[in-house]
Amino acid sequence: MLVLLGLGVMLAGFALRWNPLLVIVLAALASGLAAGQGALATLAALGKAFNSARYVMIIWLLLPVIGLLEAHGLQEHARTLIGRLRGATVARLLTGYLLARQISAALGLDAAAGQAQTVRPLLAPMVEAAAERQAPGLDEATREEIKAMAAATDNVGRFFGEDIFLAVGSILLMKGVLDRAGIVLEPWQYSLWAIPTAMVAFGIHAWRLRRIDRALARRAAPAGGAEA
Amino acid sequence: MITRHAVYLLAGLMFAAYAAFNLADRQGTGARGNALFWGLMGTSMLAGDRLGDLGNGVLLALLGLVAALRLTGPGSAPSAPAEVRLARAGQHGNRLFALAMVIPATALGGTLLFQFQPWLVEPKQGGIIALALAALLASLVALVALRAHPRVALAEGRRLIDSVGWAAVLPQALVALGAVFTLAGVGTAVGQLFALAIPAGSLAGAVLAYGLGMALFTCALGNAFAAFPVMFAGVGLPLLVRAHHGDPAVVAAIGMLAGFCGTLLTPMAANFNLVPAALLGLRDRNAVIRAQVGTALPLLAANILFIWLFAFRGQG
Repeated sequence: MLVLLGLGVMLAGFALRWNPLLVIVLAALASGLAAGQGALATLAALGKAFNSARYVMIIWLLLPVIGLLEAHGLQEHARTLIGRLRGATVARLLTGYLLARQISAALGLDAAAGQAQTVRPLLAPMVEAAAERQAPGLDEATREEIKAMAAATDNVGRFFGEDIFLAVGSILLMKGVLDRAGIVLEPWQYSLWAIPTAMVAFGIHAWRLRRIDRALARRAAPAGGAEA
Repeated sequence: MITRHAVYLLAGLMFAAYAAFNLADRQGTGARGNALFWGLMGTSMLAGDRLGDLGNGVLLALLGLVAALRLTGPGSAPSAPAEVRLARAGQHGNRLFALAMVIPATALGGTLLFQFQPWLVEPKQGGIIALALAALLASLVALVALRAHPRVALAEGRRLIDSVGWAAVLPQALVALGAVFTLAGVGTAVGQLFALAIPAGSLAGAVLAYGLGMALFTCALGNAFAAFPVMFAGVGLPLLVRAHHGDPAVVAAIGMLAGFCGTLLTPMAANFNLVPAALLGLRDRNAVIRAQVGTALPLLAANILFIWLFAFRGQG
């Protein structure tokens, strides 16, 4: 039970708003020491795992080309385009993206979108432009909320679509764990049960998105009335 | 055969370039700290296998120190002012979308190609190699189509990575922490704790503990994959499947999805929650998590209800 000290350090560090990178090192040391492994051995174990997790950083290879396209007006173009599409609202754009992301993830096309590839350069400027038209003169806090919602929609779509695909990591993990427990099932038997949750996830998130449109309309109403 | 080491070499050269740009910068805030930080990251990418385990641990501790001492900073201002970008947007138009589409198209095409021609790449590394190829190809096509100098692309990349800052390394550091937690037996301890908390013989209590446990444990570790084997072995298998005769496919599949609800709620899942906030330049580091709470909590309740309804159907 003493090893739970590591989790405690983690929580305390986040609560005290210490730098998360440093908190990670301290939490690792705390749990290693509590398990009786010694500081240097724990630091070495942390370093070994850090080195073999370098694959996580590959996403950053995309930044030069994203930056290059942005310097040539990618975000501005996305905004102009949405500005011309009269029917485009925050809810419609994000609900469409959510559905497309869930379906493509369910077909195993996870790589088709993502936070660096699609959300930052395309989706976020598009919904920002739509929000700006729905309620002109948006305050900074609402603008941030709407951008955060674009990132959230990518996560929700991906998480609750990918488990319908047979060959995704989590299905393989479940099959591995249950096989070892002597329960041998086919991948489709797991992925089948991801469908109800996928539908409910779409329903809940789409409903929340519609509420954003309503809130923007309420915000715009007094201004529109003054103009008339 | 392309191996992951070729990809690490490419990433190492990129981080080294960012360090050099920052070193040459006399004005940007935190340029010196940035140079040190990306220099360390470049060293990890280029020479990580030769540093030894302790060396890599010290490197990560140094990264943490540079970040905690607030030596890094947002760096340089945007290269092209808003008016210029707007004018260029009018000039290039939909060509910009087509160029942006090169990334997913190459990533998908590469993944498929490596599935059918596995000899081309190191086993199990097809995904990251395809992504690296996508970044490389999209850069080359964009440089030619926009007639830009490669230096411009690297300078833009540096501007973006500086604005993300130390958060860029969080996902990798958290994976490493997860490994240390596993070694120290954190998972087993949490599993025991949950098994103790369940009232004996109560099906509803067991379902609730399993679903909430998956979500909470995922919050703590930042990853449902780490939580699943522990919660399934500790609660799912002995109680839900063996004692109460639940359908194992439902218990496993929907339990995993309850874990995914936890992923939406935790800063430990940095690549999904903190990195996007940094990429979008949001002032609140937890803004994406805040946006997800309203979906994650009702969905978690739905998942727990689904386990109860579907795993024990026909036993009513």
